[in-house]
Amino acid sequence: MSYLEVRNITKRFDRQTVLANVSADIEKGELVCVLGPSGCGKTTLLRIVAGLETADGGSVYINGRDCTSLSPGKRNFGIVFQSYALFPNMTVAGNILFGLRHKGKLGREEMRARVDEVLRMVDLSEHRNKYPRQLSGGQQQRAALARAIAPAPSYLLLDEPLSALDAKVRVRLRGEIRAIQRALGITTIMVTHDQEEALTMADKIIVMNNATVEQAGTPREVYDRPATPFVANFIGAMNFYPANEVVCAIRPERIEISNAPGSCNVAADIKGFEFKGAMTRIYGILPGQTEICVDISSDRADEIGLCERARLYLRIPEEHLIKYPPPAARVM
Amino acid sequence: MESEMRTKHRKRILTICIAILLAVSAGIALSACSGGGAQEDSAAAAGGEADAANTASETSDASDAPAEKATSGEITVYTALEDEQVTEYLAVFNAEYPDITVNIVRESTGVITARLLAEKDNAQADAVWGTAASSMMILDDQGMLEAYAPEGVDRILPEFKSDKPVPTWVGIDAWETAFIVNTVELDKLGLAVSDIGSYEDLLRPELKDHIVMSNPNSSGTGFLTVAGVLQLKGKDTEAGWDYLSKLHENVNQYVHSGSKPAKMAAAGECVVGVSFGYAGISQKANGAPVEVVFPVEGSGWDMEANALMKKDSIEPAAKTFLDWAISDAAMDLYKVNYPIIATGGDGNYEGYEIDPVSQLIENDFNWVANNRDDILSKWIEKYDSKSAAE
Amino acid sequence: MRPAQLALLLALLAGFTLIQIGPLFSLFSKAFLDADGSFAGLQNYADYFGSPSLSVSVRNTVDISFVTTLCSVLLGFAYAYALTRTNMRGKAFFRYTALIPIFLPTVVHALGLVYMFGKQGILTGLGVETELYGRFGIILSEIIYTFPQAFLMFVVALEVADGRLYEAADSMGVSAAGKFFGITLPDIRYTVVNVFFVCFTLAFTDFGAPKVLGGGYNVLATDIYKQIAGQFNMNMGAVVGTLLLLPAVLSFIAGRAVSSRNASTVNAKATRLVIRECAWRDAVFFVFCALVSACFLFLIAVLFMGALTEYYPYNMALTLRHFSFNASTGGIGSYFNSLWMSLLTAVFGTAFAFVYAYMMEKTDGFAALRRYGKLLAALPLALPGMVVGVSFIFFFNARSNPLHFIYGTVVILVLSNILHYFAVPFITATGSLKKLDREFESVSDSMRVSRLRLFLRVSAPLSLTAVLEIFMYYFVNSMVTVSAVVFLYGAKFKVASIAITHMEEAGDISQAAAMSLLILFINVAVRGAYALAAKCTERKIL
Repeated sequence: MSYLEVRNITKRFDRQTVLANVSADIEKGELVCVLGPSGCGKTTLLRIVAGLETADGGSVYINGRDCTSLSPGKRNFGIVFQSYALFPNMTVAGNILFGLRHKGKLGREEMRARVDEVLRMVDLSEHRNKYPRQLSGGQQQRAALARAIAPAPSYLLLDEPLSALDAKVRVRLRGEIRAIQRALGITTIMVTHDQEEALTMADKIIVMNNATVEQAGTPREVYDRPATPFVANFIGAMNFYPANEVVCAIRPERIEISNAPGSCNVAADIKGFEFKGAMTRIYGILPGQTEICVDISSDRADEIGLCERARLYLRIPEEHLIKYPPPAARVM
Repeated sequence: MESEMRTKHRKRILTICIAILLAVSAGIALSACSGGGAQEDSAAAAGGEADAANTASETSDASDAPAEKATSGEITVYTALEDEQVTEYLAVFNAEYPDITVNIVRESTGVITARLLAEKDNAQADAVWGTAASSMMILDDQGMLEAYAPEGVDRILPEFKSDKPVPTWVGIDAWETAFIVNTVELDKLGLAVSDIGSYEDLLRPELKDHIVMSNPNSSGTGFLTVAGVLQLKGKDTEAGWDYLSKLHENVNQYVHSGSKPAKMAAAGECVVGVSFGYAGISQKANGAPVEVVFPVEGSGWDMEANALMKKDSIEPAAKTFLDWAISDAAMDLYKVNYPIIATGGDGNYEGYEIDPVSQLIENDFNWVANNRDDILSKWIEKYDSKSAAE
Repeated sequence: MRPAQLALLLALLAGFTLIQIGPLFSLFSKAFLDADGSFAGLQNYADYFGSPSLSVSVRNTVDISFVTTLCSVLLGFAYAYALTRTNMRGKAFFRYTALIPIFLPTVVHALGLVYMFGKQGILTGLGVETELYGRFGIILSEIIYTFPQAFLMFVVALEVADGRLYEAADSMGVSAAGKFFGITLPDIRYTVVNVFFVCFTLAFTDFGAPKVLGGGYNVLATDIYKQIAGQFNMNMGAVVGTLLLLPAVLSFIAGRAVSSRNASTVNAKATRLVIRECAWRDAVFFVFCALVSACFLFLIAVLFMGALTEYYPYNMALTLRHFSFNASTGGIGSYFNSLWMSLLTAVFGTAFAFVYAYMMEKTDGFAALRRYGKLLAALPLALPGMVVGVSFIFFFNARSNPLHFIYGTVVILVLSNILHYFAVPFITATGSLKKLDREFESVSDSMRVSRLRLFLRVSAPLSLTAVLEIFMYYFVNSMVTVSAVVFLYGAKFKVASIAITHMEEAGDISQAAAMSLLILFINVAVRGAYALAAKCTERKIL
């Protein structure tokens, strides 16, 4: 049995269904990303796991115990919000202590030691006496994380923790959060709409759309074998084209390319291309006006002397081709 | 299934909570307002006891034993007398009865009467002092007054006390309609004080929009003036109303206080204020350029009276106070401010050039009381939308 | 919602129901009784609506309320705009002078107007022909009365602005008018609606101005007075009282409609608005503020002249003798009673209003209960003091009411003040709490920190400015209140505001002015202490 189980959760706000029969399993020590576009119900799912929201139906099991109607205080979790929700009238240390004081079991010295420990973990030791307004966004984020993990919760919930930060800081913090999570071995659920974040950080990704789970699996599984066209399209780029009563899908980087026909047997006209640093993306048109894009390394692009309106030849490797039943074609 | 039960459970808790909340508040509200039945019983019982007490007090009156009189205690007295008078009068009372603490609530006649009526179920006042007889009659009608004959009540003229065998209220003085005329402003209109002597003079075209009078619906003075005019012009004819209609043409506004027209005249905010004698005399004493004119036809008037409130336990000190409040010592005090006192006068009045007693019209209090509602509603209909008519 | 929270919510609602609905029910139920106390159905309403004076009163009331509201909204907005969006000089000074009217008993407003516009007034002497007594006087007086409320609410709204929007507009070449109508106004539309209803309801139910300056101009509030204190007809008084509740109920409904669409708030990324230099704009607003301030300062000048001269205007020799007050009005003791009553009202009122607003704003579930709670909070604005006073007598003086022992004590005065002035503190507290991060509750839940501790350590300290604001509002208003208290004060506990009314009624303007001056002093001192405290807390928190 999984450490954290969500069974058939249903939730409605007014007449809108936010979660329709959602289930998920999370193993102990895992970092699970709930990924989806805004409005797909992922934050609501997180809040139901936290007990901050009550489900209309379904159950939540933690460590085999039915916690569906347990109040948040009894579930022993830590949470970090997109807004951080740091108490502006308390210092960083004060914010952390605020939660510790109520553990009740810790003595004064132990509490101080614990504050030092978590501050070291998030690398904020020298900022312990600053107020939130005196910290940068990334520092505030780490302070919020420190506050969440200080009481040694049995699981950690992160609600879009990085989305308010700028790109550089975000990338660095991904690694830091992941490192801390690994070090503590703490079961973590992180909600995000950023597929790159999910791919880089997660042990397992749960992709949600329109109040339902589209797919759950490791980043590799989700990327290589997207269960639905939605997942395929939402994570990474994907080419779709109809063929023989099914819809075929192929990742741009899987397509091989050459200047002359040969093993590459599909002719395509280049419409344009984008230099993206290490990679270059080519936009082409297949016979029958199907659009297609191909990613190749920029070195290879130099080799073939890429230029607009030229003709190229492609090979679409069968082993990487994903086939979907035709009604799904309309989704794209 | 399980969640459905949970939802139901929540709903039930909610329903119960709301029900409890409403029940508690409604219960308290109802118990507070509908204890009527029980109260009437206790009031009746109190009345019975009080009757017994009355007989006792009459016997004690008969045996004339002032030794039994309470000389200490604490009482609450509601009054509509002026602030400064209250201060002055109480000083004299306390000189005689230093151990009786009198707590005063003083408000205008309207407010004090409204308070007394609102407190009907659980009277706070022990005695009412110097409040309009018309108010006393209302309180008496509501059965709120305790019959009590204060010491020396025989000296009070019969028309100055309630007509019950043991009086429920006893008058102390009277106040009467007077015109307070600002001489400086009058001069600007080309008139002299001698031009303002009668009700008819108020209809002079020069005075158009220069007269302020109190509204009979919110002021006792306004009412006694209107009632006086109606009686003077003939109780059951339309002549009084014809006059008021003409007067209405000259009136700038009807205000909600009896003394205010006098104050406005004193401040030059109007030329003639139709008010009462004392209000004008005190303004004049303050140095305001006003003359107090009593209309030659006579003045409408009302009296101020005292009464004992009906309560479960009546403070003996309240009776001591009411005894004192009609004593000669008190009457001497009232006389300084009011021309007419309830024991009759000696014809010597400060601030009055004429004998004010002769100034009073023959007031048919029964007629006034019986027609009060009709007069007021007719007045409202005719004049109470002055500004709308403009 | 947890049981403890639910219990607190229920306790608050029950308490508020008790001090509001209980008394109102005991008064308003009389609207359906005849003089003998038997059930009369809607007969009283039929009688009242049948009388020709009614339509006049209703029309007049709506008329003055509407004009007053329009003027107060415009003036209050312009004044607040000058203080927040221009670079004119003297802002700190003007901020204080705008509040003068709420530091003074309303009798003083009327006195000031008489000295200005009366037949012997200064402006009249200069040839300004006006008819003070009636519509004009009432409207002027109501504007003085409602202006500070409008101003205060607008300042709060205009102080926060997202500079980015204005910069974006500048880059698009939007004109000043375009920015004003496109950004500024939409940004504060919620406040505009709120101010409109607050001013309208205050003017709709105010009795002070129509009584002193109204002359024959009938409004619903004078109708109540005539019914209750003139004809002693409580049933009819109750009928009029129920009619006066209408605007508050309407504004409650409208408020719900507006607030559901009021999603836009200034977010954390907003930049400070830089006010651009514009000399003529600053000059225009300076003149405007100076004129308004001059009017208010004139009120104070009148007080000083009245209080410190022998007999204004005939004997201008200086004296302090008016400060020895007549004993019958409670003397100087009434002043200290007022201080005590106001302090109690401020302490308990602030605690109650803030906790109440917190429970309405920061808990979830039981939407029906909270909707009921919000309606309770909206009603007091529409209760004329007289209705509060008389209904409190009926309710608390009843023998069957176990609470009747508080009658005649300071407790009932404090309760009536807390109720009478509840609406504005509630709005202030709600506004402040709305600005706090909604996730604070979630975070503390996750850390097993009790809501009580969160409230004491975080929510309340962060709302300190609002708490102080509410404290000051309750204190200042309790110092000057008359209409409700006049029915409730006990023989042994007289208060200064009542004393002033008595002095004025007795024609003793000098003593009234002297007492008003003492009230002004303490109110200015409290306001000053508030400003100081607010500055300190802001420095600490922001």
